[in-house]
Amino acid sequence: MSDSNIIPKWLSVGVIPLINLFLAFCVSGLFIFFIGENPFRAISVMIKGAFYYPGAIGYTLYYTTNFIFTGLAVALAFHARLFNIGGEGQAYVGGLGVGLVCLIFDQHFVGFLVTILAILGSVVFGAIWGIIPGYLQAKRGSHIVITTIMFNFIAAALMVYLLVNVIIEPGQMSPETRDFASGVGLAQIHILAKYVGLDMAMSPLNLSFIAALTVSVGFWFLVWRTKFGYEVRSLGHSETAAVYAGIKVSSTIIIVMAISGGLAGLVAINELLGVHNKLLLGFTAGYGFTGIAVALMGRNHPFGIFLASLLFGALYQGGTELDFEFSSITREMVLLIQGLIILFSGALAYMLNPLVERAYLKYYGNYSNA
Amino acid sequence: MKTIENKEGNETPDPLPSSNRPAIELKNITKRFGHVVANSHVNLKVRKGTIHGIVGENGAGKSTLMNILFGLYKPDTGMIFLNGQAVDVNSPEKSIALGIGMVHQHFMLVPTFTVLENAMLGNEGSMLLKSGEELVLDRLKVLSENYGLDVDFEAIISDTPVGMQQRVEILKALNRGAKILILDEPTGVLTPQETIRLFDILTSLREQGVTIVLITHKLKEIMSITDTVSVMRGGKVVANFSTEKTSPEELAENMVGRKVLLSINKPTLKVGNPVLKVKNVCHESKDGVNVLKDISFDLKEGEILGIAGVAGNGQSELLDILSGIETLQRGQITFNDKTILPYQDWNSKKARDFGVAHVPEDRHKRGLVLPFYNYENSILGYHRNKEYYSGFLMDKRKIFNFVDDLVENFDVRPRSSSISSGKLSGGNQQKLVLAREIECNPKILLVGQPTRGVDIGAIERIYEDLMKLKSKGTAILLVSVELDEIMSLSDRIIVMNQGSIVGETNSSDATELDLGKMMSGLEKV
Repeated sequence: MSDSNIIPKWLSVGVIPLINLFLAFCVSGLFIFFIGENPFRAISVMIKGAFYYPGAIGYTLYYTTNFIFTGLAVALAFHARLFNIGGEGQAYVGGLGVGLVCLIFDQHFVGFLVTILAILGSVVFGAIWGIIPGYLQAKRGSHIVITTIMFNFIAAALMVYLLVNVIIEPGQMSPETRDFASGVGLAQIHILAKYVGLDMAMSPLNLSFIAALTVSVGFWFLVWRTKFGYEVRSLGHSETAAVYAGIKVSSTIIIVMAISGGLAGLVAINELLGVHNKLLLGFTAGYGFTGIAVALMGRNHPFGIFLASLLFGALYQGGTELDFEFSSITREMVLLIQGLIILFSGALAYMLNPLVERAYLKYYGNYSNA
Repeated sequence: MKTIENKEGNETPDPLPSSNRPAIELKNITKRFGHVVANSHVNLKVRKGTIHGIVGENGAGKSTLMNILFGLYKPDTGMIFLNGQAVDVNSPEKSIALGIGMVHQHFMLVPTFTVLENAMLGNEGSMLLKSGEELVLDRLKVLSENYGLDVDFEAIISDTPVGMQQRVEILKALNRGAKILILDEPTGVLTPQETIRLFDILTSLREQGVTIVLITHKLKEIMSITDTVSVMRGGKVVANFSTEKTSPEELAENMVGRKVLLSINKPTLKVGNPVLKVKNVCHESKDGVNVLKDISFDLKEGEILGIAGVAGNGQSELLDILSGIETLQRGQITFNDKTILPYQDWNSKKARDFGVAHVPEDRHKRGLVLPFYNYENSILGYHRNKEYYSGFLMDKRKIFNFVDDLVENFDVRPRSSSISSGKLSGGNQQKLVLAREIECNPKILLVGQPTRGVDIGAIERIYEDLMKLKSKGTAILLVSVELDEIMSLSDRIIVMNQGSIVGETNSSDATELDLGKMMSGLEKV
């Protein structure tokens, strides 16, 4: 997988992803048509569901927040040519960090301080879940793809165990902790808006979104403007050149995985501190995996990741609306559409390059003929 | 594109009788990779039973042209004629069927197979391996005797010397019925003695009517073996000569497009104190092979010490250890007054702190991060230097100031700081690496293959820069497989064979023949 050096950047970064997206929607439309619904009506429902109805944008941006965190996590690892499939597990364990901090401290300290500690907890726990596979890759040569996948399973099993047997709120059946004390958590945007006199529809969108945008800017500086980022990119493009330059390969790998895991862990602040206010089973809901597609589509650049996250956020939210509106379009159908988009813009991202290259040369490349 | 092809096809048919028709004729071949025109309207004729040389700098389009003839690339326009017949060579299988064989620069052999198994690849003779082997072995023995292609059919390829691997490649091509043989830079990995042997083989092939196309950048070889020669420059054939009627100077001038000075002004300079002492260094590779055996030498201020040897005789490992890429296993190394002992913490960063700069043998794998922009590559290894930062953040403006001077002073073309280094030509990439390593004012410069894949124009410049550095008193350790280069640049030469130093001589006393003997391990001095 490499970017073409024939076609200009505006085509490869701007136009081709749009064509891919369009193709994905066309194929999705065919499926919707086959089950007997009108694809055009479906798409209008989806768009309205994601952006138009009251609170829709809030929901969309709330999902977007999760994808930004996991997308950045995958992207940073990508810059060091590490395929971190473990965003899901890292986010999940990050949740454990949030949960433990809140459950232990929320009776003793003020909410603000507990929230700060909980955010740190999510990063630290996520980082630990990234460091272990990173260490195994750097020092023992265990392939990071395998170990991070395995660590997703371990995280899932660990969380089930803890939530069912250890930190469950006593006296109830569902595997959840007790609610965090009031005052702990990140304020939702519609509540903040009320303070400044704006009337916004209710949505789970919370301050984590601002955090995600801040982290995105920080990500850009880290990767393109610091010594560490320079070393990470050198390592990603050419390990031999990195060794030649005196860059310590194994410690760089471990640090990258720590930051990557920490970024994924931040999903927990959106979900637990921003919305649920307690630790519960399965709150990561596949955001970690979708982060891979987001990073691919966003070309590992924070701005691209923001756009891709917005798209997937809209899909999640619009998809839910689709599920409500049509009896024949079920949740599974929505998943299919998401799958097609991941397929076309992730796995087949470079499918069209040869075609576009040829077309480009035909219309713009002829001057060298003369 | 179709229309152009047809137009070419309608040209007047060749009136000559078939015997006088050229074995190979390429007409109006154009091949474009994106915006890069690799071959532009190339015409080439090679008479049957002759050796035709194609010379040109790197990137002149020689290999592309031959890959088109061998069916690896499809030309955008143009036609190929073999013995006067228009043919459509659209795949290597097709070209092999048409009697074209190619020996690539990097051999295409299965390292774990025996010589016989490799030689029969593509023409196994029978469905069952056993009966096929017997059949092919008989045929190969005849070929091998006829042409002096001496090989050991039982040996495993990875155990055989490169010279034999090359003969296996030639056998393989002949076994498939090749009447036209293309050799791409065949002597790059050979000692002078092995080269002579190869040329004997080629001569006897020519006597039997095989047509040979020889791609090389070594003018001496062109002069000694070819019948005719074409010079390529910038994707075009710029001149055709009968070898007898031309000279290396004329060829070089045509290759570069201007007059070239191939001699070097060595500054006379008294060498100073030793700055690098290598004592009893041994090294075992990951597979347990002793790649360095008891290496000891000194390198003095203002001296260029050349290490000659066929590639793969321990020179690369020596460079890696001295530059901190590999750990030192046995022996000791002293830089000025600092001594490195086995298994000490030793890495490239430390080496640079000791004033050791390194122009690595492989600029693509080591010296540059190819997708990086020039300004990023120009600080590779020196990127910790505080000069390039404002606080925590890299300061692009400071780096740009540095790089703009660098590309100007060392004539890196195009003079751009923000072009990806992968897009530069080999020569300019090398100039960039050299510039970076010289600019840090090293006490010791380790140089590996400074002119590999570099065009003549850039070579001139690189030699000049090395000489300038030498006259400043920098000690230079030069590793190269090009004997001419070693002999003309170095003050002193040591020769390596199979991990040992097998000889040392002053460059003024050295002759190519003596060095060649030492390189092949025949003679100890």
